[in-house]
Amino acid sequence: MNSFYNSYLLIITFFIIALSLPILSLSIGKWLRPPSKEGGRGVSYESGIEPFHDSRIQFSPQYYLFALLFVIFDIEVIFLFPWAVAYGKLGMFALIEMLIFTFMLCFGLIYAWKKKVLEWM
Amino acid sequence: MNLEQPPSMEGFLSFFIYVVPFLIFVLSFVTFAILAERKVMGTMQLRSGPNRTGGRFGLLQTVADVFKLLLKEDTIPKDADRTLFKWSPILAFVPAFMVLAVIPFTKHFQFADIGIGLLYYVAISSLSVIGIVTGGWASNNKYSLIGGMRAAAQMISYEIPLVLSIVGVIFLAGSLNLNTIVGAQQSVWFILYQPVGFIIFYIASVAELNRVPFDLPEAESELVAGYLVEYSGFRFAIFMLAEYVYMFAMAAMTTVLFLGGWHPIPYFEMIPGAIWFAIKFSLIFFSLMWIRFTFPRIRGDQLMTFAWKGLIPISIINIFLTAIIYEILS
Repeated sequence: MNSFYNSYLLIITFFIIALSLPILSLSIGKWLRPPSKEGGRGVSYESGIEPFHDSRIQFSPQYYLFALLFVIFDIEVIFLFPWAVAYGKLGMFALIEMLIFTFMLCFGLIYAWKKKVLEWM
Repeated sequence: MNLEQPPSMEGFLSFFIYVVPFLIFVLSFVTFAILAERKVMGTMQLRSGPNRTGGRFGLLQTVADVFKLLLKEDTIPKDADRTLFKWSPILAFVPAFMVLAVIPFTKHFQFADIGIGLLYYVAISSLSVIGIVTGGWASNNKYSLIGGMRAAAQMISYEIPLVLSIVGVIFLAGSLNLNTIVGAQQSVWFILYQPVGFIIFYIASVAELNRVPFDLPEAESELVAGYLVEYSGFRFAIFMLAEYVYMFAMAAMTTVLFLGGWHPIPYFEMIPGAIWFAIKFSLIFFSLMWIRFTFPRIRGDQLMTFAWKGLIPISIINIFLTAIIYEILS
């Protein structure tokens, strides 16, 4: 049990160190680097022309469709993980159940495929 | 490092003594990995690569580059979202380093031995996309935004085959603990039982790392540098560091899951496990470089189609074939 707690304490240690390395190096760099002078430096790069409009534009709705598909399949994966761990004890019954579950998801994937959701652009 | 002691504040502080040298090791690994990549690229393109700074082999080239980046002016675009712009390199780096906590390098050299090690790896490593999207969004630049959005679409699409290909390994080992998974490969490495899984994992990991041929988020010739356009100086350096640390983690994970971790090949037991791990790890790392210098970039529509119509159906079939063959043999 102690090793369980200590392992998670180690993960917190990793988190703190991972957070402090960039913050420390960027703060130390502040003393070393010259101050940023203005003069066109703050203008966004747009192949040499003056940027126009806001750049946070509306983008293609296809990104949302892929995000939705991702959520569905990621949840499938979450169900597959414990199934794969416990499979040795569950046997044939679990296999058939998981086949039915995956078949329904694959049916959704085929539907999306036929609806041309998976065609990019 | 004693994990059996009762948890205490002193114990917690003493962990820093072990993790800080490991961080320095990873940083020096990244330094020389970048140099090695440039040298190998030079050799493959019939030129010599870096050869001035630090002797004939350019050994200090990357160190010089890092110090140069540290001394560069820190420019933030006028209309950028300043808070997000500053935080996004950190958001990209933190998960890349945190996943290293669970990887067993040898039988005795592992930091956190948690029961759900593989799930932890998959969960934390998928967070690194947030840093990239944040960087693309905060820069207020059209190239950055396109790069960031592409990165999001690509990384979530390839996340699924990556994770599905691991299910076969979990199946054979019957555990999510990485130590148990390596232990189960004592006699036969999982690459022999799961060749399809290995290939899918490898392809998906190249795509997760945003490397050629899947480097659409930062495609130089069309998007300048994608989400990195407005980043300069040390913030850029931290993005690069995150990329290479993530590459280190991915290569180590491929070794652990499919190549038997520290286990030797038969009749070569006298070579210690750490060296075996290093050999397998370097082979994977070298092949990642090799792919980068050999393949052209693929088109955006091919990229998404390849993941959804190719890799995901194959990996689902692979899982059930594994299960059915296991059922027949047992």
